[in-house]
Amino acid sequence: MSGNMNLTLNVWRQKNVADKGRFVTYKADDISPDMSFLEMLDVVNERLVKKGEDPIHFDHDCREGICGMCSLYINGRPHGPKRGITTCQLHMRSFHDGETITIEPWRAEAFPVIKDLATDRTAFDRIQEAGGFVSVNTGGIPDANEIPIPKVIADEAFNSATCIQCGACVAACKNASAALFVSAKISQLALLPQGQPERYRRVQAMVAQMDAEGFGSCTNTGACEIECPKGISLTNINRMRRDYFTAKFFKEEEIN
Amino acid sequence: MVLDSKIPEGPLAEKWSKHKFNLKLVNPANKRKYTVIVVGTGLAGASAAASLAELGYNVKAFCYQDSARRAHSIAAQGGINAAKNYRNDGDSVYRLFYDTVKGGDYRAREANVHRLAEVSVDIIDQCVAQGVPFAREYGGLLDNRSFGGAQVSRTFYARGQTGQQLLLGAYSALNRQIHEGKVKMYNRHEMLDLVVADGKAQGIVTRNLLTGEVETFAGHAVLLCTGGYGNVFYLSTNAMGCNTTAIWRSYKKGAFFGNPCFTQIHPTCIPVTGDHQSKLTLMSESLRNDGRVWVPKTREMAERLRKGEIKVSDIKEEDRDYFLERKYPSFGNLVPRDVASRNAKEAADDGRGVGASGKAVFLDFAESIQRLGRAAVEAKYGNLFDMYYQITDENPYEMPMRIYPAVHYTMGGLWVDYNLMTTIPGLYCLGEANFSDHGANRLGASALMQGLADGYFVIPYTVGDYLATIGPKPVDNSHPAFAQAKKDTQDRINKFLSMKGTKTVDEYHRDLGHIMWEYCGMARNEAGLAKAKQMIRELREDFWKNAIVLGENEEMNMSLEKAGRVADFLELAELMVDDARERKESCGGHFREESQTEEGEAKRDDENFAYVSAWEYKGDDAAAELHKEQLIFENVKLTQRSYK
Repeated sequence: MSGNMNLTLNVWRQKNVADKGRFVTYKADDISPDMSFLEMLDVVNERLVKKGEDPIHFDHDCREGICGMCSLYINGRPHGPKRGITTCQLHMRSFHDGETITIEPWRAEAFPVIKDLATDRTAFDRIQEAGGFVSVNTGGIPDANEIPIPKVIADEAFNSATCIQCGACVAACKNASAALFVSAKISQLALLPQGQPERYRRVQAMVAQMDAEGFGSCTNTGACEIECPKGISLTNINRMRRDYFTAKFFKEEEIN
Repeated sequence: MVLDSKIPEGPLAEKWSKHKFNLKLVNPANKRKYTVIVVGTGLAGASAAASLAELGYNVKAFCYQDSARRAHSIAAQGGINAAKNYRNDGDSVYRLFYDTVKGGDYRAREANVHRLAEVSVDIIDQCVAQGVPFAREYGGLLDNRSFGGAQVSRTFYARGQTGQQLLLGAYSALNRQIHEGKVKMYNRHEMLDLVVADGKAQGIVTRNLLTGEVETFAGHAVLLCTGGYGNVFYLSTNAMGCNTTAIWRSYKKGAFFGNPCFTQIHPTCIPVTGDHQSKLTLMSESLRNDGRVWVPKTREMAERLRKGEIKVSDIKEEDRDYFLERKYPSFGNLVPRDVASRNAKEAADDGRGVGASGKAVFLDFAESIQRLGRAAVEAKYGNLFDMYYQITDENPYEMPMRIYPAVHYTMGGLWVDYNLMTTIPGLYCLGEANFSDHGANRLGASALMQGLADGYFVIPYTVGDYLATIGPKPVDNSHPAFAQAKKDTQDRINKFLSMKGTKTVDEYHRDLGHIMWEYCGMARNEAGLAKAKQMIRELREDFWKNAIVLGENEEMNMSLEKAGRVADFLELAELMVDDARERKESCGGHFREESQTEEGEAKRDDENFAYVSAWEYKGDDAAAELHKEQLIFENVKLTQRSYK
């Protein structure tokens, strides 16, 4: 097909966490601009397999920008050059014929490399486990319309809840801070009436776990907000801080 | 073996309440002596794991993804149905029940569907309490919309990502139980076999996808919540990792497979651009409310359009064939999913398709933009138009969208009784992985409802009955069946790793997809199915001879993971074809060309086919045995659909 591109890929290859790792250069010829970035990697991998070479490993699943499994640091930016999308939604027409593309895994101490471009992001799960929930059991719940919630509040909670837990915020941050991710969950629940009873315990538990996982501190550079594929706002970090300070300065019975 | 659906006696509306009372209870102090294994952490799995742990059971939960929150329920866009009747528009449990049975073209069990409608109202309460941010009105109450042609507004939604928000709710409940130590979570673990010991499901075999370690886990009961098998078609709206292995391996250990050929094909997906295509993206069905579907009237014109000799705007109004409006004047572009899909494929097969491949039809908003104004169309569909633009690089405000049908959901799955137990005692199956509630066709916004109904509100009752019966005797993996299953799995892995042929596993998967799409897709006939069966067998044989699988077991190995999944799809495909051949009627998403009305519509045959087909594995070289569960309709009246 005409209009196809020939590209050069600089790909980070690393056998496992103990391996030092290195960049390996591959030719990606005859790439259709209609391919998604991951489909381009599929094509490269199929050619590698045919030659008996180990394919480039990367995480991916839904390929429609919602599961948060795909990652990739492309030409120095998480999820590539375009804003508001994940790597699986990036198409090759965003690149030009003859271009060299550098592909790296997320770089953060709290996200160790598993193999090649796949990293271990279970630190995020552990932060959620520490307090990212409302303590209700199944059943015995009042009617869903029992507590009206102003539309603006519900919409704002939704905006925070759109986080897909991909880790681009950490990868973008020079400190590898997880503040945007953690604050999004804290905000969602702090905005809603259902989240109030545990609001101040939650923020302390989640922040403590974030620190324990080895993420860096937030210094307000704002790179996370720019690179977040779901447009999670820095306002969430402000909310987290406010609640955290409140929790630290006052006794629980004074604020609840 | 006689199939016993265990549907309780008594009037429909009282069956579930009475049944709950009759089920045995496990003493609260004894619950911690039981271990339940839950495979899959989508809506069904996460909700089941959390709810059972809250009751006091020990739960071991497994998923192949790196986090439980990534299960493919996350991708559901539209919404979740519930018979709340918040709109005062005449909805009720009975109406939701009736609509679901009718929508499934009368191939689902009345009792199961009624229970689903009953518990639907509790699901919404539960999710709101967890902090799920559903759409609300200015008065602060929950918003609803009408969905998929329903006559009432009963669909709750969270913008275009209801699936993600519901799953995050269930995931948070699961996290709470992990934190409390009641759930042990095993991510990046793929179930590769079921362990049946002394006639009961007692455990599973998994492969750790990071280290390759093959392990066995024992439990008093095993719950499979592993989703659908649409990826047998290679291209579908499923996630890349979605597979049939857990239910297929269980089928081979004795669980019957229900209605394997029942597949749902969704009409509004973004078309394929080439062989590199890895998956298909769905766009919400709501687009058909304002878009008009058409192709050029003549093949010549379609061909010139495909070659780029003429532009869409060169085709005059009278040269356009709005085929859905023409054939179905009363429903027009809003005919059900299967009818819209089939007609699109017919137009493409007739040589009148559009786009470079010819495998697409137009969905045109020009008239709506003229009538309502661009701003109104943007407010309604802005995010979908953006998504389309992102993928295709074409602006749907200026030229018609191109759409084509894609495999979206599988109604078939493991056969389960009213308690969601398969034909293997102690093995349960929930959500899309079972066959139970959607008959031959699933209505929009009903998949999320079923997953959560099964996990939150059905299984906590029914599994207790079984556990109380077997007693809290400790289980471990010392039974020889564990060692045997582990060895079988290791042998299979070694077999894969010894395959150093010439063709990649993906190539086999693509070939299988072509066969299934062509002969066991939207329209099926005897000759095509017979041919497909032969082709699948040849492909499977070739796979085991000529596929390439690289690397070693003791590492992350995409090649090996994929090989296991495709090997199982190659077997499942044949059973789907057998089932489609055997069911000589058309119903729901299953269209047999031999069974159609004079107007070319699906024609059911209630006299001969009002049953669930449940297939029993009889060995790799033997034909599967068909068992029939007759469906008895005491409450709904069977009618033939008509959309003219």
